[in-house]
Amino acid sequence: MVNWIWLFFIVVGFLVAAINGDVESVTQAAFDGAKNGVTVCFGLISVLVFWMGMMRIAEDAGILAKLARLLQPVVRFLFPSIPKNHPALGYIMSNMSANILGLGNAATPMGIKAMQELQKLNPNKDEASTAMCTLLALNTSSITLIPTTLIAIRMNFNSMNPAEIVGTTLIATIISTTAAIFVDRWYRRSRSPIPPLKG
Amino acid sequence: MYALVSLISAWAIPIMIVFIPLYAAYRKIPVYESFVEGAKDGFDTAIKIIPHLVGMMVAISVFRASGAMDMLIGWMRPFFESIGVPTEVLPLAILRPITGAGSLAFTTDLIEQFGPDSMIGRIASTVQGSTDTTLYVITVYFGAIGIRKAGYALKVGLISDAVGFIASLVICYLVFT
Repeated sequence: MVNWIWLFFIVVGFLVAAINGDVESVTQAAFDGAKNGVTVCFGLISVLVFWMGMMRIAEDAGILAKLARLLQPVVRFLFPSIPKNHPALGYIMSNMSANILGLGNAATPMGIKAMQELQKLNPNKDEASTAMCTLLALNTSSITLIPTTLIAIRMNFNSMNPAEIVGTTLIATIISTTAAIFVDRWYRRSRSPIPPLKG
Repeated sequence: MYALVSLISAWAIPIMIVFIPLYAAYRKIPVYESFVEGAKDGFDTAIKIIPHLVGMMVAISVFRASGAMDMLIGWMRPFFESIGVPTEVLPLAILRPITGAGSLAFTTDLIEQFGPDSMIGRIASTVQGSTDTTLYVITVYFGAIGIRKAGYALKVGLISDAVGFIASLVICYLVFT
């Protein structure tokens, strides 16, 4: 599906620009996009290097294993295919906690570490496993307790009550995350009729 | 409630930065060596993501700059108008999964134009806060481990974005009118 979306964006973008008599914009946009991609990655380097260093300390000290054991019931429901006490569970838990607290740039490295651990369990290295899809579903639906950035923007424009959207955001995020979990389950069932239950 | 949570948000990272190495030192872990060993992975990971992110951002950038995105939004407008959705917030539903920076800029613009306490300002804030940039998250996470077939992950992400958008609309109307 990503292949089709990618092709769609480029081909339709080119066609529309050509019809509008503005094909040059495609060249400019392509190079701007490429530059942006690299800029974002370079911005990620500092965050990734720092947090992955911290996470290694946490792992070596056994903090992640403790965290995983503590939250075992929730994770067993969401990720039945991950064996008990696997390091991936600790990373998944720290990723979810960072998301909930709105620590956006700390959540990404932990999510990536979790994905790397899940990749070790994945029999087909090219294709996303069910556990990976579930983790992505949780991340894209973005469980948020406090939308910090938005409160800041609202304050900036002199809102009478900048935090009034905390409640609505929380409810919307709970609904979209629940939907993500259910849709994920539905697709998982349709892919493998018997849900894997080991460990 | 808000004060408490924002306090936790502010303290969480500093406390982690102190607690993790301290606890590790107590467990007799060579903290600095451990840090450097893990940090090496961080650099490799960031470099590994570059091709994926460049590819995705080129496509998105071409799609937006060509005016194709505006056309798509224009076509959807009558339908949303007919069901009573303020069309000003509509582009957000399409922008949000594709570009985090783009949708944040758009939300900021709506808040500036209509005021943070208007219905449009509240809906935009709620949508922006409760969903994430699905395409970016997939690109970064799967790019980092070299997954090429995303399976059904993208569909799940986009469906949950749509649900989040609709839920935001409904909840804002229920709460603020």
